[in-house]
Amino acid sequence: MDRSVGRAVWEFLDERFLISDLVGFARKKMVPEHGRSFWYFFGGICLFLTGIQVATGGLLLLYYTPQVDAAHESVQFIMGGVKFGWLIRSVHSWTANILIAMMFVHMFSAFFLKAYRKPRELTWVTGFVLLVLFMAFGFSGYLLPWNELSYFATRVGTDIAGSLPLVGHWLKTVILGGPEVGQSTLSRFYWFHVALLPVVALALIAVHVILVQTLGMSKPIGERGKREIPFFPDFIYKDALGWTLILVLVGVLCVFLPWEVGTKANPLASTPLGIKPEWYFTFMFSTLKIVPAHILSLEGEKLAILGFMAGGLLWLLIPFLDRRAGREERSPLFTWVGLALAAYIVVMTVLTYTAPKL
Amino acid sequence: MIFRPARLLAAAALFAPLLAFGQKNGCIDCHRQLDGDLKAPVAAFETDIHREFGLSCRDCHGGNADTDDVALAKDKSFKGAPAKAQVPLFCGGCHADPAVMRAYNPALRTDQLSQYGTSRHGKLLKAGDTKVAVCTDCHGFHGILSARLPKSKTFPWNIPQTCGRCHADKELMAGYRIPTDQVDEYRASVHAAALFEKKDLSAPVCNDCHGNHGAFPPAVSSVASVCRQCHAAAGELFGKSPHKKAFDDMGAGECDACHGNHKILAPSTAMIGTADGAVCIQCHDQGSRGFEVAADLRRALDGFTSGYDEVEGLLALARRKGVEVSDPEFHLQDVHTTLVSAENLTHGLDEAEIGKTLAEGEKALQGVRAAALGAVKEGRFRRQGLAVTTAILALFAVALALKVRRMALDRRAKAGPGAPGPKPS
Repeated sequence: MDRSVGRAVWEFLDERFLISDLVGFARKKMVPEHGRSFWYFFGGICLFLTGIQVATGGLLLLYYTPQVDAAHESVQFIMGGVKFGWLIRSVHSWTANILIAMMFVHMFSAFFLKAYRKPRELTWVTGFVLLVLFMAFGFSGYLLPWNELSYFATRVGTDIAGSLPLVGHWLKTVILGGPEVGQSTLSRFYWFHVALLPVVALALIAVHVILVQTLGMSKPIGERGKREIPFFPDFIYKDALGWTLILVLVGVLCVFLPWEVGTKANPLASTPLGIKPEWYFTFMFSTLKIVPAHILSLEGEKLAILGFMAGGLLWLLIPFLDRRAGREERSPLFTWVGLALAAYIVVMTVLTYTAPKL
Repeated sequence: MIFRPARLLAAAALFAPLLAFGQKNGCIDCHRQLDGDLKAPVAAFETDIHREFGLSCRDCHGGNADTDDVALAKDKSFKGAPAKAQVPLFCGGCHADPAVMRAYNPALRTDQLSQYGTSRHGKLLKAGDTKVAVCTDCHGFHGILSARLPKSKTFPWNIPQTCGRCHADKELMAGYRIPTDQVDEYRASVHAAALFEKKDLSAPVCNDCHGNHGAFPPAVSSVASVCRQCHAAAGELFGKSPHKKAFDDMGAGECDACHGNHKILAPSTAMIGTADGAVCIQCHDQGSRGFEVAADLRRALDGFTSGYDEVEGLLALARRKGVEVSDPEFHLQDVHTTLVSAENLTHGLDEAEIGKTLAEGEKALQGVRAAALGAVKEGRFRRQGLAVTTAILALFAVALALKVRRMALDRRAKAGPGAPGPKPS
């Protein structure tokens, strides 16, 4: 009886959602297995963490109030007054940071494996745009608790945007919704964080995942092995093992280091010493601090910002620039460029925390 | 055309300061070329408040500043530097004249000279003692700054040093038979901590209790009034207490009998009671009613304080465990206010009132204690929950790892014995 009911439900759903076809596709889809296939798992981890972000973010919406005179109090209530509120918020904040870190690892592993080469150029492009979008998620979400650090970090961050040539003032005003960080800024950041960015990001994730599924995983250049494993269930089981370990890590972090609420922002207070943005922006922040005031009669800071924008554009267009990889040939120049960039990001990030007077 | 005179006047008014700026000042020109004490006034006067108001050398010293000739400069109006005994009158020439002061700073008081005459300094000066402080000893000369400027000798946090320059000088004070440890004692006081550490400019310094221009040691009978300028509530309670009459009868000062004068330390419950360090036993002997009351008060306050400390510790423990306790911490501040209020009530010695306040505080403390215990329990629950969850996830991970290995072995078996992959155990 149970069996027939279960079958009926399955058939009902299968007729409408074509689940059999999807399962069939997953069973038929093969994933290359080789010495470097470990790096494939970071994509799945990013997707898993994104799922956690959506789930916990949705729950936080139940209690969060996006108003300057209530935002901090609502976060405090979530952390102290709502059953498991501390867990939901800590999971949301910690996984957001781990997600960005995993996205960097995923991006650089794809870069060094030259996974961007034809026909996967758009997979790379959508992936890089997703990283930028998730950094924007981080920037907008950081302000929402309306605490001292987030308030002043937002001021510093938007001041940097405001120093862009030509469009700086306009861009800063659009981001802030006025001349200063205030209610309009909080409303805009909230809207970015829970409405605009999720819609755009989910659409891009869908494109990215469909591209990965239809084009399959890329094998590194020169990899001659033909070993493959089925995507379902073999690869998914391995993925699930990684997810489980990540869950344990997140659990430990949330219990022993629950995300802080901080002191409520006071716009009249002076900027605290050593204010800095979230860690994933610090390599750019520290660069702006050490760049000379003037380079060839041009403002150093503006030049550095333009340099980052140009660098980002070149990074986005890597699949179209690395012609040798496109011909399945090794491209050591690009590998060295990638290594230099990775080293620069790591060194500058570490220096931000170890040599704050840099 | 009819506006031409008005325009000329306006132009003259506008350019007058420039003309004045360009005017010759023979005093400065000449003294700048001299050495030592004769040159020093030139540099010092650059920042002097009198210069800011457009006054120059001759406004105080007279003479003719329009000439380079020293003999001609020292004309009939030349007053030179006044003798120390003449300094109060020298400065008072303007500062005691409302008509003159109105032109520069109408808000500035003009009674400094008359007040100085009533001060110990002024009286001794009148008696011929020229070692006492006159205007220039506290305000300086030529480089006099507004008392509102932090570098001024009369800015609050510089006053102990300004007064101490003489009053901490043992040799100078020897003739007056007054102690010289006031500044050191003050620096160890709760008032100095507020001034120097918290930068609280409203904290009292020497002149707030002794006066400034009319500086005089407060009489025993007036100490309480001086302290009540800030500690009005404590003073009012003391006025109603049985101590008031007893102190008056003994001719003892009120506040200073228990709190001291210059070295006033942060008050604590340790001052009350019958143990060492308590001030009550200075007068109340064992077996007396006062001795018993002191012991009772101390017991009540200690009981409440230990409860408070316990709850504070619980909240700190919960915070260390990562539990958000801002709300109970906020309520604990209310409880602390009650404790301070009860401690203040000891000035009135109304045991019933103190007991009532402590009972109210205890009631509030119970609420915070419950929240603190709940927070500690929550911290424990989180760790236990993590342990259980981690164990389950670890088991799941082991199961997955075994499954992955099994699948790899199956694939290898299917592919044949030569195929790469994990070796069967």
